[in-house]
Amino acid sequence: MAGKAYVITSGKGGVGKTTTTANLGTGLAKLGKKVVLIDADIGLRNLDVVLGLENRIVYDIVDVVEGNCRLEQALIKDKRYSSLCLLPAAQTRDKTAVTPEQMIELTDQLREDFDYIIIDCPAGIEQGFKNAIAGADEAIVVTTPEVSAVRDADRIVGMLEAEGVHDPQLIINRVRIDMINRGDMMDIEDMIEILAIKLLGIVPEDEKIVVSTNKGEPVVLAENSRSGEAFWNITRRIEGEEVPLIDLEEGLLNKIKRLVGLG
Amino acid sequence: MLDIMKGIFNNKEDVSSKDVAKERLRLVLVHDRIGVSPEIIEEMKEELIEVISKYLDIDDERIDMDLERQDNSVALIANIPIKRLKKR
Repeated sequence: MAGKAYVITSGKGGVGKTTTTANLGTGLAKLGKKVVLIDADIGLRNLDVVLGLENRIVYDIVDVVEGNCRLEQALIKDKRYSSLCLLPAAQTRDKTAVTPEQMIELTDQLREDFDYIIIDCPAGIEQGFKNAIAGADEAIVVTTPEVSAVRDADRIVGMLEAEGVHDPQLIINRVRIDMINRGDMMDIEDMIEILAIKLLGIVPEDEKIVVSTNKGEPVVLAENSRSGEAFWNITRRIEGEEVPLIDLEEGLLNKIKRLVGLG
Repeated sequence: MLDIMKGIFNNKEDVSSKDVAKERLRLVLVHDRIGVSPEIIEEMKEELIEVISKYLDIDDERIDMDLERQDNSVALIANIPIKRLKKR
């Protein structure tokens, strides 16, 4: 097997990298793929709680690179899909505890057993970012439709290019259709035009994300969730399927409700 | 309902915040990407005026100079109104 390594990055923190990593990983496992998620945000690990696997951690990524355990011992199997694994971050160490060389070695080792390696990168452009992207073949940049997040996303695109990770794709998260319709939020075309990067998907703002994080169950598995549907579409796009963008227009009924003041 | 009316009679003072965001982003990214600060632009502007003034009589009050995105590259666009040719 020769798995593909994706890194999920952003310039600004809090735009949804970890949620994206958890959902794409779970989505790919649902499609029957063998997936390993690496939490490269060392010192501030969170992917474990988003997946609901926090109480199973014994070893972490730093234990692996320092030889305290074998790689297989540190991999935590997901509750729902046996083909999904998590390599957790260390909480007591800092972002520089794993070097780029060690990261490359690690991803190369994982490529043999998994179809997809998805790396959750720390926010920003410091050493932690360089370490996290070292072993990646592809990058997915996550942003929200705000000036600060888009600006930082642009910086990240430049940094990725400089580090040799070409043609990153974009996920626009926490999109609010009502605000776009009012002209109070940049729409998708605006952002694509400004950033000049390929769009992988858009995810609407959704209260269910909070609920899913509370429960430790990725929203991609939830029924009737707009964000879950969006993450599912993105998952299928990664697998090469042609999936149209989620319908961002509000339904006709809602539009009428809004017009008569009931919305 | 008021919002819809506003939309129909879109007066100029009522620019939507998304358009403001877009414009600000466009500018900030152009500067970020090329790594030129507004001070450098100002300095360049003054030096250019000096050079051009040697040959042309220009209206230095109305000079407009900035970086602009053109497709995938950045261009320095300067609009320098000329009053007349200088007699040499």
